[in-house]
Parts: sequence; C-alpha cells; structure tokens
Amino acid sequence: MRHLMSPLDFSVDELDKLLDLANDIEKNPGKYAHACEGKKLATCFYEPSTRTRLSFEAAMLNLGGSVLGFSSADSSSAAKGESVSDTIRIISCYADICAMRHPKEGAPLVASQKSLIPVINAGDGGHQHPTQTLTDLLTIRSLKGRLGDLTIGLCGDLKFGRTVHSLINALIRYPGIRFVLISPEELKIPSYIREDVLVANGIPFTEVERLEDAMPELDILYMTRVQKERFFNEEDYVRLKNYYILTKAKMELAKEDMLVLHPLPRVNEISVEVDDDPRAAYFRQAQYGVYVRMALILTLLGIEVN
Amino acid sequence: MLNISGIHEGFVLDHIKAGMSLQIYHDLKLDELDCTVAIIKNARSNKMGKKDIVKVECPVEALDLDILGFIDHNITVNVIKDDKIFEKKELHLPKQVKNVITCKNPRCITSIEQELDQIFVLTDEEKEIYRCKYCEEKYRNPNKR
Repeated sequence: MRHLMSPLDFSVDELDKLLDLANDIEKNPGKYAHACEGKKLATCFYEPSTRTRLSFEAAMLNLGGSVLGFSSADSSSAAKGESVSDTIRIISCYADICAMRHPKEGAPLVASQKSLIPVINAGDGGHQHPTQTLTDLLTIRSLKGRLGDLTIGLCGDLKFGRTVHSLINALIRYPGIRFVLISPEELKIPSYIREDVLVANGIPFTEVERLEDAMPELDILYMTRVQKERFFNEEDYVRLKNYYILTKAKMELAKEDMLVLHPLPRVNEISVEVDDDPRAAYFRQAQYGVYVRMALILTLLGIEVN
Repeated sequence: MLNISGIHEGFVLDHIKAGMSLQIYHDLKLDELDCTVAIIKNARSNKMGKKDIVKVECPVEALDLDILGFIDHNITVNVIKDDKIFEKKELHLPKQVKNVITCKNPRCITSIEQELDQIFVLTDEEKEIYRCKYCEEKYRNPNKR
C-alpha cells in the first residue's frame, strides 16, 4: 500500500505517469466519472482549509465516489484527546482512502504507519503540502508543455513559504532549471535551501529585491503573499510591499508567454487588473489541482481505467 | 596516579571527550546493569590533552554500542575477552536512533503525542546530520568535535 507524504515520494517517471493521467482526465472526464463508484474518501482536517478540502472532495465526487470527514479538530475525537494513530485505525474501517491535514508536522506520517488505507498528506504545519506541489507541476507542464528548460521567478515570502521550498525541491530534478529569487532581505530563501539544495546541486539562481528587475527573463512567475507580521518594523514593510505587488504595468515587462502562478488565497499581491491577462494562470491552477488529486486518488487506490 | 585493575571480559571505551563519560554511562544504560563499571575522568592523553575512559566488566553481548557512534564515533572501543584485547571495534554513525534524543520543534507531532517513539534518521553522513523522522527538524549534536 502506498501513501503520499512528500512531493518527492514519486520518482520523475512516476510523476510523469501521474501527470499524464491527470491530463487524460482533463481531456476525457466522462471516462473517469464512475471509476471510484462505491469508494469513499475520508477528509480528516484537524485545521480548517476550505480550498484544499473542497478540491479533494470535488476530485472524489468527479470520480463517482463519495466523501465523509471532519473539517476541524473541534468536531473530531481529537478534542477528546484521541491520538492520530487511533483515529486512522477507525477511519480505516469507514473509508478506502484518507486525505489528512494537521497543524502538527509529521501527523500524516504517524497516521500512515498505522493505517490500513492509503493516506495523503493534505498539509502538515509548515512542513509539506505535496498536492499543492503536484498541482503546480501539472499547471506548468500543461501550460508550458515541459518541466525543464525554464527560468522560474519565485516572489514574495521565500523564507517561510513551504510551497516555494517544495516546488524548488521538485523542479531541480529536471534539466535546464534556473531560479530568480525575488524577496526582501528579511524574507530571503533560508540557507538550508540555498546551500543544501541549490548550491549543492549546482542549480543556477540569482537573488534580486525588485520584481521589475526580474520580469523580462521569466518563463514562470510564482507569486506568494508578503505578510506584514513577518517584518520587524512597519517602515520596512511600507517601503518594500509595493515591490511585491504584481500590476498591469509590471506585466508589460514580461514575456508574452510567461505564466503567473499563485497557490492562493491571494490578498493584494496580485492586482485584480491582472486577472484578465491571458498569462494569469492562478485560477486555472486551482482547476488543475482537482485533476491532479483525481489522478492521485486513482493511483493510490490502484484503479486503472481503460 | 590512580590505578584501576584490568577486566576479564567486557569493554574499555577510550578517547572519550573529557566530561562526556557520565552521559555515556546513562545512554548505554549502564545503571541498569549489575556489573562493575569504572569511570575515569580527565585522564591525561597525548592525543587529546584530557580524556575520559569507561571500563565495563560484563558479557560482551550485553551492550548495544550503536549509540556510541551517534554520541561520538571517535571513541575507541576495545572488546576484552580472557583478560586480553579481543577486538578493536570501529564505530559508525547509526542510520537511525530511537528514543535517545527528543525533537525540539514545537510544531512536531511528537510534541503533543508523547507515546510516539522519538526517531531520528541519518540524512547526511558526511555532515553527520540527523533529522526527526516526523517533521525533519535538524538535530544539532552539541558534542560534535
């Protein structure tokens, strides 16, 4: 039995197969509409995350399966002090596959050790969120046609942003990848990514402070939110925040086929005037998130559709 | 000069960093063994200036020495049988250590579910980096030379 804890759990070949399946689902949704009939997905969400939970539920419903679960720790037995190991043993009796989000890092791994059904990590604290990374990879591959030979700008909070760290780890497995890291000094990429991942693997990268300076060379711009509370003082925040807001004017500096991605929710870091730009791919990204979760459910359940 | 007699069967753990012998006594769970143990602190050493030595009189299969590799793999382990050095064991970094160190990450699942084993996995042999199996928090070995 297989679980998904980290985006690196899949080899490059396995990932290719998963993304191929997701693209086939996108093109032929009817073919998969009954693939999971009689199967149940349990969404065990110990902290609220409407978007991820609904994406998983939509994925299972699209496959003809059904869903059950809880959406906060208060409404689960965790409030009574039940351990994750005990909960998953029980859930194993009720469902065929489980997606688990937990504020504590490593909780889905603990669950997977005792589970009788496949467990998908749907986000564990600041640690991993593999289905977001799979979504990002599917979006890039579908809209760009490749995962290699790309210059990728990562913009905003590169220090605490786990989606950014996961994406870097996943993309360095492909040839010709180059990163432009766009962030204020306070939110630069941590050394365990810069030294242990980028430098150690000989991946070319540059670090810049202003988004404008990076725009012309990018194939992909991955935006994240710069949160006020991450700054030491208000003055620095006010000085820097506009550097990291994507506007129509900044988009004019970009290539015609550049793509803008964002894990969402967006607050104000992408101006709404950019939404109608054909290069804005963040809402399509959410749709790809459903396809990749459908492919993942089928893969982990070992269901093949001919 | 302090003299401690030789042992018939057991171990002599030599070249322990000065001051570390009591930790080794606890980590090897020597307090749970009914055997003679000599702890020598601050012995003179040409190589190290000062060092600690631990002598344990016990059956050679009684100790799990994997943990020593984790604490300090520069320690010399002499296995004694019939009053002679029977073997000099080379220490390696264990691939995994269980319930020896605890994860300090307050966001780790082990911080709220205390019945879980504390497991650290060797992720970089060259840099001697261990990470928590659950949250991947790096463990910094304070005793590293």
